[in-house]
Amino acid sequence: MKILLVGNQNVGKSTLFSRLTGVNVITSNYPGTTVEFKEGKMKLGREMAQVIDVPGTYNLEPTSKAEEVATRMLKEGDIVINVVDATNLERNLYLTFQLMEKNIPVIVALNFWNETRHKGIDIDVKKLEELLKVPVIPTTAVTGEGIKELISRLNDAVPHSYRNSDKERWTRIGEIIKQTQKLRQKDHTLLERIEDLTIKPLTGIPIAIMVLFLIFELVRFIGENMITYIFEPLFELYTPLAMGLSNYLGPGVVHDILIGTLIGGEIDYVQSMGVLTTGLFVPIAMVLPYILAFYLILGILEDTGYLPRVATLVDNIMHKIGMHGMAIIPMILGLGCNVPGALSTRILETKRQRFIAATLMAITVPCMAQIAMIFGLLGRYGIEALGILFGTLFMVWVVLGFVLSRVMKGEIPETFIELPNYRTPCMSCMNKKLLMRMRSFLKEAIPFVLLGVFIVNILYISGIIGFISDITAPIIVNIIGLPKEAVASLVIGFLRKDVAVGMLLPLGLTMKQLIIASAILTMYFPCVATFVVMFKELGMRDMMKSSLIMISMAVIVGGLLNLIL
Amino acid sequence: MEISLLQVESGKTVRITRLKGGIGFQRKLASLNIRVGKTVRKITKQPLRGPVVIEIDNTQIAIGAGMAMRIFVEVK
Repeated sequence: MKILLVGNQNVGKSTLFSRLTGVNVITSNYPGTTVEFKEGKMKLGREMAQVIDVPGTYNLEPTSKAEEVATRMLKEGDIVINVVDATNLERNLYLTFQLMEKNIPVIVALNFWNETRHKGIDIDVKKLEELLKVPVIPTTAVTGEGIKELISRLNDAVPHSYRNSDKERWTRIGEIIKQTQKLRQKDHTLLERIEDLTIKPLTGIPIAIMVLFLIFELVRFIGENMITYIFEPLFELYTPLAMGLSNYLGPGVVHDILIGTLIGGEIDYVQSMGVLTTGLFVPIAMVLPYILAFYLILGILEDTGYLPRVATLVDNIMHKIGMHGMAIIPMILGLGCNVPGALSTRILETKRQRFIAATLMAITVPCMAQIAMIFGLLGRYGIEALGILFGTLFMVWVVLGFVLSRVMKGEIPETFIELPNYRTPCMSCMNKKLLMRMRSFLKEAIPFVLLGVFIVNILYISGIIGFISDITAPIIVNIIGLPKEAVASLVIGFLRKDVAVGMLLPLGLTMKQLIIASAILTMYFPCVATFVVMFKELGMRDMMKSSLIMISMAVIVGGLLNLIL
Repeated sequence: MEISLLQVESGKTVRITRLKGGIGFQRKLASLNIRVGKTVRKITKQPLRGPVVIEIDNTQIAIGAGMAMRIFVEVK
């Protein structure tokens, strides 16, 4: 049996999906978090049923691609769980009516049920069920309320095949609302007052700037302290073991690969470049703490519903660079990891917007793994060096966006987004989400970093790096002003940008060279994981265009920085 | 008097009288329940031709200025 979860955007389909299947998915409080179909299985009596989380849709008339896909999915499903936002019954019922014209069994999950109470909404569920002629079950997917009943009543779902015109649907919905829903007068809650304050430009813009600053400081504070008090001491305990192995192996190729170069007879976890030294230290003790801090805070931001408001506040500026406000979401997610950033460009409607957003993100947004290493490397020069680097990237973002939006023809669709009600984030959902993201980081990062460090050693030992360095020396040395040894780091940057930044340290670069190298490493090309996703999203032609822009921008900006600094 | 949503003063509650646009436009607006006859409150307008923010059925929605110009309303 195939069960489809269908509903408007941001009604909690994904939360319900994980409740039903036990499959963890990323959920947040803004429209369009789910950009792909998610499949899972649940036990239904004796058999296993397939559950599909269909991305949010408002309409089954195929006017957009997303809706076309949703309509096609319906043909394959055996039963539809129509997830309805109980606090927005009227407009949600429109889709319900369309579903009831498709001759497929429908059951309605009246989600966010817990919120109706304090919002002063009374819904007569019995009556609603009677009028709709399909089972209606109040649910609160976050807490699990009503899920058991929903499952037990799946068999009561019946197919209808009404035929209604648009006007008839709305008239019918109007009648139903009148008979089943009562709104009580109530005072504005604190959250509602904050909603107004954060969206009015006069108060909203200063608040947004403060929030941004606070996030930056919090991530640094949490990251730094975890490194100093947890991870560095942890590695101090590991040192005797690693030194023991070093002594046991003695000098040679195996030692070079596993332990790396001893510096002053000691292991230097940042510079030694051995698989079992730097290869472990970089992902665990340098990057992981920042990733943890970032995703902790991102989780809160996503679940409160603040991000679409920031998108609205910056919408006018974003239009100047060819996108609308929601394009900040790929940028913000890209700060964690460019892969989800590139995927989330799907929330933008046009190909042109997606191209600009993905290209700008890949060029100017360093991922948290890279930022963590940059903090470690440039941090010693204080806020000035970091300021120059991030200021440069921001300027490239603005200028390149401006140019791209002029060069590429096309309209930007008008902004039209729901600003979700603020919700107090649910602790268990955030924990789950954080855990998922950490797990995927560990799963992807550690093997790749180890592989990266391994390849670095092989490339050095075999002399390949020397060969590439010699070829690219004219550009690297003359235009950008880096020593030709820095090429090795650019080669590895394709695999892992954090390792690449780490490789700059032993080169003894000046602050200026470090800034330039960090900027170029961010810009010249995405890491392989991001490249694959962008290739899939943009197609070969656009990806080639995008890559060309990346490489030329890296050379231009590197050259300019070399002249100016 | 009928004016566009863009012109409405922030804070005012108005009733939608006319949506100037084709079926696609009407349908897009209807997806968030913006239809003729509905009552909305204009919360604010972002500067530099930024979006208009309204509240309808307890939900806030940001609408681009170009779209807001084509939504006509009657001030209560």
